[in-house]
Amino acid sequence: MDQLTHRGIFVQIDMTVNGRACSADVEDRTLLVHYLRDHLELTGTNVGCDTSSCGACTVHIGGQSVKSCTVLAAQVRGADVTTIEGMATDGELHPMQEAFRQCHGLQCGYCTPGMVMAATSLLSENANPTEAEVREGLEGNLCRCTGYQNIVKSVLSVGGQS
Amino acid sequence: MIPAALKYVEADSATAAIAALSEYGDEAKLLAGGHSLIPLMRFRLAVPAVLVDISRLDGLSDITDAGDHIAVGALAKHAEVESSSLLQSEAPLLAHVASKVGDPSVRHRGTLGGSLAHGDPASDLPAAVLALGGSIVVQGPDGERVIDAAEFFTGFLETAISETEIITEVRIPKSGSAGWSFQKFNRRAQDWAIVGVAAVLGASPKVSLINMGLTPLRAGAVESALAGGGSAAEAASVAAEGTSAPSDLNGDAEYRDHLARVLVERALDEASS
Repeated sequence: MDQLTHRGIFVQIDMTVNGRACSADVEDRTLLVHYLRDHLELTGTNVGCDTSSCGACTVHIGGQSVKSCTVLAAQVRGADVTTIEGMATDGELHPMQEAFRQCHGLQCGYCTPGMVMAATSLLSENANPTEAEVREGLEGNLCRCTGYQNIVKSVLSVGGQS
Repeated sequence: MIPAALKYVEADSATAAIAALSEYGDEAKLLAGGHSLIPLMRFRLAVPAVLVDISRLDGLSDITDAGDHIAVGALAKHAEVESSSLLQSEAPLLAHVASKVGDPSVRHRGTLGGSLAHGDPASDLPAAVLALGGSIVVQGPDGERVIDAAEFFTGFLETAISETEIITEVRIPKSGSAGWSFQKFNRRAQDWAIVGVAAVLGASPKVSLINMGLTPLRAGAVESALAGGGSAAEAASVAAEGTSAPSDLNGDAEYRDHLARVLVERALDEASS
């Protein structure tokens, strides 16, 4: 890890986002979600509640789901961050994205990026969850359309126990 | 919302963190997982001028067997505590309670030391450490000291840690074959407990209460009743004695007193079954 570098009121942050090395000078107080949206223009990561509750801002840090509204950008210097924009490869949707499409796992779509990120993290820790485990595993992600039935169906179609 | 302007500092050792705390005094806060502190900062309920990030300190997140107790590094994340086979076998209450904190994304970042340092009476983990008779190791300019969990929580969001000390380790006595139970009552997924109870029925039974006062606390009246040979029902009937439950949107103090009695009885029944 490089030494922490300040320039005036800014701190230099280097991290890998969706496989790409990114470097920027930001205010120390900058939250990761604002860095992603405002500096990198990766606006797929949404801000929902701003109280660490809704999960719309969920991204992966080192492959694990994290609420990016509750992490300072400076805290994840050097980390490997993945957002919803990094899930598809060569124009092919990630299997979880495809499952949400096939199972109608979204209604208004606002929670969807966070749901996909939380769901893929869940399956990386538990490859064959039961329906109950999927519901518990997604408890930190709220869908205000209450479209949970098809969200859970989407996740189960990728890795769940039938 | 966005936190107020601040200076971000990284500490690469416990000594460096203590030096930074000594330098900046009460303007500084330690930052570990940040899952208690950053939400407070976004609401501007906490406005630290300096954040000293200790999350990269080496060796402070190990979970090791130390003979009569398990030594849990202060930076061990809830997800690591939850999945530790050592804790699952030697102090299963702590692993279980860690699995009930927040949600999986929160558990990927939040730390045991951070939860204890925050000292929130509504938090789950302080209750587990109290019921297990744990102790907290803190390091400061004058060296190390060990604080009994029962002496650790001193007021609302206040603890016995001084301004220039950091938690390095949490010691959890092995609970062996003692029966245990954790009861968390809330209405919605991922909510804090409206009231919660942790119980470990070892040689001297310990019962703790969540959200029944200004601090995480031991249910002294329940423990005395059990020590005096009282039944679970008798002990549970005095669960609210000596507490000062808050009233808020989720329920008034009278309702919480009732919940405490019900949940303590459930906990004692489950722990002894």
